[in-house]
Amino acid sequence: MSVAMRPGEPAWADVNRDVIRTVGMPGNTYFSWLCLVGLILGCGVAAWAWQIWTGIGAAGKRTPTMWAMYITTFVFWIGIGHAGTLISAVLYLFRAKWRTSIYRASEAMTVFAVMTAGLFPLIHAGRMWFAYWLMPYPNQRYLWPNFKSPLVWDVFAISTYLTISVVFFIVGLVPDVAALRDNATGFKKKIYAVIALGWEGSDSQWRHYRRAYGLLAALATPLVLSVHSVVSFDFAMALVPGWHSTLFAPFFVNGAIFSGFAMVLILVLPMRYIFNWYAYITDKHLDAMAKLVLVTSLILTYFYLCEVFTAWYSGDHFERASVFAKATKQYAWAYWGMYFCNSISPLVFFWRRIRLNTVWLFVISILVLIGMWLERFNIIVPGLAHDFYPYTWGTYYPTVTDSTIIAGSFAWFFLLFLGFIRVMPSLSIVEVKEVLPHPLKHAHEGHH
Amino acid sequence: MATASVLGVFAHVDTTLDAIRRLRARGFVDFTVYTPVPVEEIEEEIESVRPLSAVRLFTLMGALTGTATGFFLTIWSSLKWELVTGGKAPVSFPPFIIIAFELTILFGGLATLVAMLLLGRLPKTKPSPTYDPRFTLDRFGVAVDCSPETAEQVRALLTTAGAEEVRR
Repeated sequence: MSVAMRPGEPAWADVNRDVIRTVGMPGNTYFSWLCLVGLILGCGVAAWAWQIWTGIGAAGKRTPTMWAMYITTFVFWIGIGHAGTLISAVLYLFRAKWRTSIYRASEAMTVFAVMTAGLFPLIHAGRMWFAYWLMPYPNQRYLWPNFKSPLVWDVFAISTYLTISVVFFIVGLVPDVAALRDNATGFKKKIYAVIALGWEGSDSQWRHYRRAYGLLAALATPLVLSVHSVVSFDFAMALVPGWHSTLFAPFFVNGAIFSGFAMVLILVLPMRYIFNWYAYITDKHLDAMAKLVLVTSLILTYFYLCEVFTAWYSGDHFERASVFAKATKQYAWAYWGMYFCNSISPLVFFWRRIRLNTVWLFVISILVLIGMWLERFNIIVPGLAHDFYPYTWGTYYPTVTDSTIIAGSFAWFFLLFLGFIRVMPSLSIVEVKEVLPHPLKHAHEGHH
Repeated sequence: MATASVLGVFAHVDTTLDAIRRLRARGFVDFTVYTPVPVEEIEEEIESVRPLSAVRLFTLMGALTGTATGFFLTIWSSLKWELVTGGKAPVSFPPFIIIAFELTILFGGLATLVAMLLLGRLPKTKPSPTYDPRFTLDRFGVAVDCSPETAEQVRALLTTAGAEEVRR
């Protein structure tokens, strides 16, 4: 019996084994992390409760910087989600085979990041129990949302994005959970059986499944480009200097992919080490991800320079003053920090040796996340703090309340992710097997 | 009337494919193929005689319903209160395109999900009698529905094609 395999490459049964062993009762280290994350989340929830009790002023919001940290972090989390959809939908359509071993983790990341982002408009709104006012629903007063407002577009874009990401994620999980079901016993088997929807891998199931998966990818591709464009319209439609720019949509989408890939690296590198998945997440994958971070970083730098250039070339006094204030006034640290983290530090990825070094990858990815958070801060806070008239200028200072809520949002994201990797296959069994050589009795047959 | 079913378990793509071709050559059309992953060669072989999946029709209908809903909702609700906001006429298309676009994707995606469930007959509450848990691991299955008289012939055919195991 000859199986067309290269040495060291896992066989199909190995894939099932290596994924199934990650699902189950974890050790003490896992629970320690869970406790830590749970504690931070608890502090975040307490801070939110405090903010609801005392009022939104607890978040340090005062005119003119009313958007401050919450919208900064909202845009940050929405951006994180983008790399997941890029990997699961766009690279699927392009048949990029290297996506298979990282796509499940990154898709989970997308769903959890959008779930985290979705909290911020609620937190930011203060009286979040009125958040449903943004939804169009029949009511006694015949009041409908203002569909000309970018904030309402945002509601539609983000709810669609969350729904489609969840659908895509769950559809992808079905055949894998069936593999888990067939290996489990007792109560676990029953739960997995329900989630697997009775999947058997019959030809008629695959036929409709594959077609549906391809179409979902085709729908998710324009969606992912539209979501961050719509988020950018929240700014670009306003007249604030530094915001009112046609550059914003591609600028935001590119930044989102950049930060999303950094987050994928932060999640995937420890998983590869802890789960011993070196056979699946290889140097090739790290190299490809690092290259994408590098490319998006270069594009981002171009956008930064464009922003400065257009402010100067426009001759518009307010645009110039806004850029000047960002670079030299009270928030200059954020401006130059952003340049360092997003434009300079990823340049080390020009060296192949660094692209394959996990420590470097991890450190640069953290810097990129910090840089991308600073970028959104730079757009929102200094932008609002320094608009047209000196008498409306102001400075925002973070408070314990809003900082704790933001720390809590990270805890919420990691709690969801930690929970996920222990109950669901965080490596796609089916897709990884699909790109491995298929078992053949006669090695020459079947390879057309 | 098919009353018997014969299942052949295969370890390889090429032997499974061979079994499907042999079955078809002998005039058997009522069979189910189980695979751990979608295999292009097997799919092509099966799709060559079956109609294309109708999922795309659902997607199209869902997407168009979404577009229509988006425009209807925005235009109709703007006409309820004919207020000029942002210096724009109550019914101004450019912003409404965004809502229509998002609903196109939303309804299209949900319709695709519904289509996958309806057409693939999911959720399936009872496992098929011919299903084997190895089909999510690394084995392929060809389950043939046939008359009891031809069952022996099918068994022989599957064995010749290279089945590891044949059972009724």
